[in-house]
Amino acid sequence: MSMQPTSERTLSVEVLARVEGEGGLHLSMRNGKVAEAKLNIFEPPRFYEAFLRGRSMMELPDLTARICGICPVAYQFSACMAIEDACGVTVPDSVHALRRLLYCGEWIESQTLHVYMLHAPDFMGYAGAIEMAKDYPTEVARGLSMKKAGNELMTLVGGRSVHPVNTKIGGFYKMPSVADMMALRPALAQGLEDALETVRFCAGLEFPEFERPYLFVSLRPETGYPIDSGRIVTSRGEDLSVREFVERVEEVHVEHSNALHGVLDGEPYVVGPLARYSLNFDRLSPLAQQAARDAGLGETCYNPFKSIIVRAVETVEAFHEALRIIDSWVDGLPASVPVPPREAEGWGATEAPRGLCFHRYKIDDDGLVTDAQIAPPTSQNQPSMEADLRELAQEWMWMSDEDLTLRAEVAIRNYDPCISCSVHFLDLTVDRG
Amino acid sequence: MTTTTTTPTVAVWKFASCDGCQLNLLNAEDELLDVAEAVTIAYFPEATRAMLPGPYDVSIVEGSITTPEEVERIKHVREISGALITIGACATHGGIQALRNYADVEEYTRYVYAHPEYIETLETSTPISEHVKVDFELRGCPVDKYQLVEVISAFAQGRRPRIPTYSVCVECKRAGNICVPVAHGTPCLGPVTQAGCGAICPSFNRGCYACFGPQDSQNCHGMADRLAALGMTSEEMIRAYRTFNATCEPFQAESLRHERARKAGAEEVEA
Repeated sequence: MSMQPTSERTLSVEVLARVEGEGGLHLSMRNGKVAEAKLNIFEPPRFYEAFLRGRSMMELPDLTARICGICPVAYQFSACMAIEDACGVTVPDSVHALRRLLYCGEWIESQTLHVYMLHAPDFMGYAGAIEMAKDYPTEVARGLSMKKAGNELMTLVGGRSVHPVNTKIGGFYKMPSVADMMALRPALAQGLEDALETVRFCAGLEFPEFERPYLFVSLRPETGYPIDSGRIVTSRGEDLSVREFVERVEEVHVEHSNALHGVLDGEPYVVGPLARYSLNFDRLSPLAQQAARDAGLGETCYNPFKSIIVRAVETVEAFHEALRIIDSWVDGLPASVPVPPREAEGWGATEAPRGLCFHRYKIDDDGLVTDAQIAPPTSQNQPSMEADLRELAQEWMWMSDEDLTLRAEVAIRNYDPCISCSVHFLDLTVDRG
Repeated sequence: MTTTTTTPTVAVWKFASCDGCQLNLLNAEDELLDVAEAVTIAYFPEATRAMLPGPYDVSIVEGSITTPEEVERIKHVREISGALITIGACATHGGIQALRNYADVEEYTRYVYAHPEYIETLETSTPISEHVKVDFELRGCPVDKYQLVEVISAFAQGRRPRIPTYSVCVECKRAGNICVPVAHGTPCLGPVTQAGCGAICPSFNRGCYACFGPQDSQNCHGMADRLAALGMTSEEMIRAYRTFNATCEPFQAESLRHERARKAGAEEVEA
């Protein structure tokens, strides 16, 4: 349908559905131009960085997990890496492998939740997955079964999927046995098949033509796809240490959001599946690369609506990687190393399902935190989400209010925003207000 | 019945929290579609855009009260709800964000935000029960998904939920765990903590850190000697009781007692 833009038009969604946490969006258009495009974050502040001061570094995995119920592992491991960096400790390969395995569980659980329960209903024309299950029982059952496999993997390694208990600074409290891992193997092997089917399902959805020239930022490890470690690379060709990157990010406090906006050298940037994929296609397993090609994806992807396919490809990678780690596991590997405290500063970054999560801490000689900085992915993506909103509203201004509002909501859900997480980050040295 | 639907209507609300407790409803993969058959999910923004108007037979509330807006919103939720169930440590005891109750929230705001004037927050984080009548509190950080399904089923069927209030030690014995303080000398808060998690920390060779809050007949004071014998300092004990349930009476009293003792000790030294 065609509609003349009115001289004043305002669209707003007070409670965004199918996102984690509380946010709304606001679009206003005047004389055929977008005047304002805002993602309002009214999730209340919880002041993590403030109350972490004076806590022991050993408590950080348990305390920072509570930032997010959907991606607690991202916070636990980013904190571990920052503290191990500060104390000059290197963890053994067995700890790296188990961290990657637990993280695969979180990726599977979170990416599948988003693909089937939060994002697919938009493309399929349903209010939610429960409604969708009536007409598409096979698809929803497949999603639930994959999600369950991810949660079972987290439970095996971490003790539970929401706020795992097995993680500590220096490694783990307990290593799982080969027998425990093998018991989960059939569910993961089935999950891999289901993930490949999920890529095909997502490839069959209809996508709006929409691309933006994003500045992508992601980790890039020496080998393998970026999950639990690596240096930071950008689509401008930069290759930075975590510390160098953190020092160049500015966090800006704007009035309509309790999350600080992240900008790199003054420019908005994007973290998450599109960034990881476009900067690390060569690091995917041949199986995941083939699945992506069969789904019609190139080696980069700048259409945020297609993030659903990229998430599905990353889920293939996560199942594949989990099986690889399980198949090479042996009993009796070291679970942790001691991490003696010293007065120092440390940086750590990992890839939460929705993008880069970085932490910086200062600790004293007793291992007590004296300064903390935590940057969740959603705050870093917020300026780009608003830029997407602005551009799509301009592009599709002819749509009815109802259709344009839905498209704007989908544009936010493209990022799988984790709004509870985003609300607590510290103004480092950089208020520029 | 408050609406025209044939099954009880359920609404899920979020206040200050991490989302993990309501996520555990979506994590009940084997039960979720059955639950959706047995009740009408009328308002659950995390799961669906469809939002039926209230009133609702059962409201499930996650999160604590930390802003003036939340103070008003919880009253509204109470008015339009038959039964009101709170889930998780934020809703039952103020959550980790209640650590501000022991600090200066203005200083916290200045530390975290460049423009403190944009931030509207209360000086304390308080449980839902301090603001409105609550019909049932489900403990945990996070809640256990099986306990959550049990509570929803119980309210849908009009019966009391079967949720034990004994200590983690009972679950540990049942799991066949070796007692970590006795065998390994690891400090453990299991004896003063309510069961429900399945004693996972001791199963992973570490001490319980009390994320389900105090059990109903705990003796935190008595625990202190034992914890001290295992090498815990009073500073560590203060921190151990100030995590996710820091404002509930037995844990608060115990952390304050150690704090007073430390201050008195410091003055003695000064004197």
